[in-house]
Amino acid sequence: MSLQHYLIVSALLFAVGLGGALTRRNAILVLIGVELMLNAANLNFIAFWRYGPNPELFTGIIFVIFSIAIAAAEAAVGLALIIAVYRHYRTVRLDRIDSLKG
Amino acid sequence: MDLAFWITAGWTVAAAGAALSFRNPVHCALCLALAFAGLAAFYLELGAEFVGFAQILVYIGAVAILIVFAILLTRASEVDEEPRAFPWAGVAVAAIVFITFAGAIRSSALADRMPAREVKPVVKQLGMQMFQGSYLLALEVAGLLLTAALIGAAVIALQEYPKRQD
Amino acid sequence: MMSWAAANLWLIPALPLAAAAILAFTRRPHRQLAAILSIGAMSVAFVFALIAFISTLGTRAERSVYNFDWLALGSTSVKLGWVLDPLSAVMLLMVTFVGTLIFIFSVGYMANDPNFTRFFCFLSLFAAAMLGLVMSNSLLGLFICWELVGLASYLLIGFWFQKPSAAAAAKKAFIVTRIGDLGLFLGMVWLYAQTGTLLFYDNGNGCLEASALSKLVAQATLNSMAVSTAISLLIFCGAVGKSGQVPLHVWLPDAMEGPTPVSALIHAATMVAAGVFLVARVYPLMDADPANVPGASTALTVVTWVGAITAIFAALIAVAQNDIKRILAYSTVSQLGYMMVGIGVGGYAVGMFHLITHAFFKALLFLGAGSVIHGTHERQDIRDLGGLRKYMPLTFVTYAIGMMALAGVPLFFSGFWSKDEILFSAWAWKGGRGPFYIALCGALLTAFYMTRQVVYVFFGSYRSHSETQHVHESPRVMLAPLIVLAAFSILLSVVGTPFWPVFHEYLTGHHGEMGSGVITVMLISTAVVAVGLLAGWWIYTRKPLTSADPLESDIYYVLKNKFFVDEIYDVTVVKLNAWTARATRWLDDFVWQGAVIAVSYLVLGLAWINRLIDEFVVNPGFDQGCGGFRLSARALSFWQNGQVQRYLRFIGLAAAGLAALLIWGWRK
Repeated sequence: MSLQHYLIVSALLFAVGLGGALTRRNAILVLIGVELMLNAANLNFIAFWRYGPNPELFTGIIFVIFSIAIAAAEAAVGLALIIAVYRHYRTVRLDRIDSLKG
Repeated sequence: MDLAFWITAGWTVAAAGAALSFRNPVHCALCLALAFAGLAAFYLELGAEFVGFAQILVYIGAVAILIVFAILLTRASEVDEEPRAFPWAGVAVAAIVFITFAGAIRSSALADRMPAREVKPVVKQLGMQMFQGSYLLALEVAGLLLTAALIGAAVIALQEYPKRQD
Repeated sequence: MMSWAAANLWLIPALPLAAAAILAFTRRPHRQLAAILSIGAMSVAFVFALIAFISTLGTRAERSVYNFDWLALGSTSVKLGWVLDPLSAVMLLMVTFVGTLIFIFSVGYMANDPNFTRFFCFLSLFAAAMLGLVMSNSLLGLFICWELVGLASYLLIGFWFQKPSAAAAAKKAFIVTRIGDLGLFLGMVWLYAQTGTLLFYDNGNGCLEASALSKLVAQATLNSMAVSTAISLLIFCGAVGKSGQVPLHVWLPDAMEGPTPVSALIHAATMVAAGVFLVARVYPLMDADPANVPGASTALTVVTWVGAITAIFAALIAVAQNDIKRILAYSTVSQLGYMMVGIGVGGYAVGMFHLITHAFFKALLFLGAGSVIHGTHERQDIRDLGGLRKYMPLTFVTYAIGMMALAGVPLFFSGFWSKDEILFSAWAWKGGRGPFYIALCGALLTAFYMTRQVVYVFFGSYRSHSETQHVHESPRVMLAPLIVLAAFSILLSVVGTPFWPVFHEYLTGHHGEMGSGVITVMLISTAVVAVGLLAGWWIYTRKPLTSADPLESDIYYVLKNKFFVDEIYDVTVVKLNAWTARATRWLDDFVWQGAVIAVSYLVLGLAWINRLIDEFVVNPGFDQGCGGFRLSARALSFWQNGQVQRYLRFIGLAAAGLAALLIWGWRK
């Protein structure tokens, strides 16, 4: 399969994640969408590593390893935030958490 | 090869779509785990085994579980999930983004590239790249970041008990 | 080489000035201190003056000059200085000696006055200023002291300022002399402009020295009058005011409101003599114009005629006065006229001699009048007095000596010799005999009115209605100066006879020649004086004196009212002044005030416009601006609804747009 197949899949996953993040009301589901977007980007990286000019440098792999680590940290912090917000607002519905409106 | 690719692709996209469509968040989280699994299959297919296993361990083993825990802890609010109209705005934006990317990909000269050569990434080589190569600093910083995230998440989610009047 | 006296001449006025300054700053009146300081200062000044005088004897009228820079103006400077020459030496001696005697007299006269200290402070100030005037080498310095003397006179005339007549008299004296001072000031300024210096003697550069004089004579001004004449006449205006010449004589009789020692010192012996002294000092300037009549320059002719008119005018008025001091005041005016005549016809030595002798016997007469006033408890009208010969014998004797000196009784009395010199010089004057005849009539009148006064006061019986035993002789402190002055009134005759003109040689440096008609003139004047004395004696002792004067008539009425000079002035000059003041007031009230009000309205109008702009332009502008801000803010805040996903959608769209731009934008 040529590169573009992987790239299209990755783009599709990204779009799905984005659509979910923009659409769902539950904050945790928005986070799920964000994780999906990150994963789509990781797929992109691996695809380019494999189909790139210098696979022996493992640049793509290392990047993805770091990306996974950071995504995990971000998921942890984000969920902690959601729990803290839940405690305060008693809801995880994003359309109800709008104190910062102008 | 093609078949494996297409099955994995369909599995992953379907799982992703399901993860963001179900009404019950627990179902969404479980579908997300399936999507992660599909992605791990992709990595294995592309020859990045370490990444694939790392994906399974970290994402499916930790992140998905974490999400499930969070959903469980915030259960009370989804009892009254009223039906709503189809969210056109978000879907439209996502569609526009996808069309943009797809168009870019299709029209690119990279599109028809084939893999250059076979490379078998050995973990030892990866380790040596990380620790003896140019990524040492990034590694240490990542470690620091994880520590900070750990502490931060613990602090943010900590339930504060009212101080007892002694 | 300057003698010690010449170099330290400044000490002489400095001592009374220091006394005045100390007395001015003492907090509580301190009689003993005042008397001791003032009399002590004057006595020491007298000693210095004596030393200075002795140092000028035998030097043939040389002068020692000391000049110093007073005010530096860029490259030039205004200089002041003092001069020690016979003229200033003799004046210094006279002022300090007579001054000391009068100060001593004042201790007794003002003993009951509550303002004793203030009196001596002013007296010392006056003495300092007069001494400074006399020894000044600069017309500017002289003018400064001139004004100071005028100030002291004002303060002393109005010493009993609670009396309205005294305050009015002080004001009158100051204003009338001011009119004369204006002429003096103009002359001074003109002189400075022409010669570039106001120093009298300055090694050839002074304004009274040859080079300056020739320059002044050469230039002519209006009516082809030489500049020197014009300046001399202007300077003479100052002398007219200060020395009470007609028409500015009106202040002197009113100045009798002051205490009698003041009248004696200032208005008889010294200050009024300052005008005569000024003319004597600038004599070279006055004499500079050769004019049409040789030996009589234009300026000196004017001086002579003014003096002559004054002499006869005042003598006529004195005949009809009833206040003891007023008679003496008019007599002073008349004698000052004589001095001016003397300077005009015979040179400054003649006039100065009469000034010196007059100082002594007029001071004596005033102090004697003071003694009378003191002894009769403040009676001054001669019609209320009489027969005081019995009660105040010593006063009577000294007063009689003074009166005979003034009248010009021959041989023993200095007044005879000095007046005779004037008469002789007038006889021999190249400018005509007019002044001689006028002076002769004046001498007759002088003898007449003085006899009248003495008869009224000392002879007959006491006419006042209170008890006679209250009339007493004055204390010794008041009598001693009288005796000393009387002695000098006699002794001074020695220095001025035509047979031994010591005074003239001393003053002018050359031997005065004795003209051919001296004895003749002496005989004529003696005869005139005898006629006056006998007439006065006969008219006033014929029958006992009542309140009506034996000479009462219409002419007498005019004389008694001083020829109505004051009234004429009141109607003309004073009215004019008042009208001008009113006109100026109108100008101030309407024109200037109107201008000020207009300006203020203008400012108010501007302020009002400003406010309008502020309220209707600036404020709405701001309000509009703020409204615009508020609207835009409201519009913008509409987009901020707190919905995170809406924000994310926009971000997504923007990202897609950016990506498209980046990807396809390069292709171009």
